[in-house]
Amino acid sequence: MSEPPLGHLLDAGLLGEPVAAAREGTAEYVLEAIDLHKRYGHNDVLRGVTFGVHRGDVKAVLGPSGSGKSTMLRCLALLEPIDAGEVRLEGRRIGVRESGGRLVPLPERALARERSEIGMVFQRFNLFPHLTALGNVMIGLTEVRGRSKAEAREIAQTMIARVGLAERASFYLGELSGGQQQRVAIARALVMNPKVMLFDEPTSALDPELVGEVLAVMEELAREGMTMVVVTHEVGFAKRVADRVIMMDGGAIIEDAPPAEFFGNPQHERTRKFLEAVH
Amino acid sequence: MDFKPSVFFEALTSPAFIDGVRVTIMLTVVAMAFGLALGLLVALLRASPWAPLRAVAWGYIWVFRAIPALVWLLFVWDALPQLVPAFKGDWFSAFAAATIALAMNEAAYAAEVFRGGLLSIDEGQRLAARALGMPPSKVFTKVVAPQLIRVTIPPLSNDFITMLKLTSLASVISLQELLARTQTLVASTFRFVEYFSAAAIYYLVLVSIFMVIQAQLERRFVWISQQTASTSALSRVRQLAALR
Ligand SMILES: Nc1ncnc2c1ncn2[C@@H]1O[C@H](COP(=O)(O)OP(=O)(O)OP(=O)(O)O)[C@@H](O)[C@H]1O
Ligand SMILES: [Mg+2]
Repeated sequence: MSEPPLGHLLDAGLLGEPVAAAREGTAEYVLEAIDLHKRYGHNDVLRGVTFGVHRGDVKAVLGPSGSGKSTMLRCLALLEPIDAGEVRLEGRRIGVRESGGRLVPLPERALARERSEIGMVFQRFNLFPHLTALGNVMIGLTEVRGRSKAEAREIAQTMIARVGLAERASFYLGELSGGQQQRVAIARALVMNPKVMLFDEPTSALDPELVGEVLAVMEELAREGMTMVVVTHEVGFAKRVADRVIMMDGGAIIEDAPPAEFFGNPQHERTRKFLEAVH
Repeated sequence: MDFKPSVFFEALTSPAFIDGVRVTIMLTVVAMAFGLALGLLVALLRASPWAPLRAVAWGYIWVFRAIPALVWLLFVWDALPQLVPAFKGDWFSAFAAATIALAMNEAAYAAEVFRGGLLSIDEGQRLAARALGMPPSKVFTKVVAPQLIRVTIPPLSNDFITMLKLTSLASVISLQELLARTQTLVASTFRFVEYFSAAAIYYLVLVSIFMVIQAQLERRFVWISQQTASTSALSRVRQLAALR
């Protein structure tokens, strides 16, 4: 079965004005992590992670298993409280508020509102099994954005068509391939009109022949100017699409360079070893 | 053999019997509803991040699984009014006492079922819902609850049938449910076989009706699309045809 072509994903007519990902900002970075620290018990998982992503840039994140890549994304998405450091979205510090001269974590309801500005795509798709593909894409619009069912259905239907799944809108996840599920998951995040999209190994759980269709959607998104952070083992994707590549090891960033430099002439010994191992 | 069909059919259709059935159904439904609500609360406390709340929930389940339902029923009916003056009022009928006792008993079991159900839902579901920006209440009602209902229908249906049978305990506090009615009629006629058989038939019919409802309910929670449902129905028909 040949795949239908992808449509225009970051469309103001669909997402509403302005398309958050395309908005001109004064901030230097759309998303910025400053000295993030995260500990689980005695396990220091993040030990001072600092980096920024420019508007429209794609940042690929590589690193061995257990180096803290997923934890970093969950912290950036405000899904996990950090022990120290800052997360900034368009220059504004998020996840905290001032109370009596001190910064305290936001209450869960306010955190939820900030999370809706950030799109997240998971390795295992995490689609909702009790909803159809369409229902999965609609639910954020109706339950978070307060859109009417009719409006949400129209937007969701269009977005599903643009990731090439118009025929599958009424299917439940058990009836979709892994690649199709992941494309639905991307559509589910996209309709929220996020300022940035975070991907946690979006193709690692897929059969090899299904990886391409998901990467195609992500490349289209990158081409249209979405700001993205992509944890991936797909070296080809990182070379082709990323503006910068980060190497994580032991909870810290040990290398952050444009792909040509990163892959051609890595500065750090561990990066070199890692690249040899994955090739 | 001493079995008079005429007495048996008279028992089946007697107004007193039917009234008893009505009370049995009402007590089952009301006690189950309160039991499920309380059970869900206990299960959520059990999953609370705050240890004292978890301890309260654990203690509740421990106590109410240990105490026999009959002992607790008699305690609620006879001892509670002595302990707490509020239970001396007219409102505290045998029906109210039975509802409270059976609901509290059921809650301990339902809490364990809900706890198992909550644990069975992939953590990624909550994570994805939160990532979309849903506040905690929506994460629960829109994402967790539908999946929780699906996995708990079979065990809770079991509880429902158990509850239907447990309501007969309320005959000891003279609630005029099915068993109490039967015993009254037996006491005046000494036709044990006919009356107890008639009561058994009613329980059988009630449980059977409920089993049909359960099957309908389970079907509503099968998450496949119309297309697949019709093709799989079709393939089932084909398979049957091939067997002939
Ligand atoms: N919820 C958690 N509780 C306790 N420890 C955790 C938790 N999540 C992650 N960790 C620990 O943090 C470390 C980093 O885990 P993380 O999942 O972020 O690594 P990763 O780089 O994404 O690895 P992978 O490539 O295998 O996905 C690991 O040692 C892991 O055991
Ligand atoms: Mg990971």
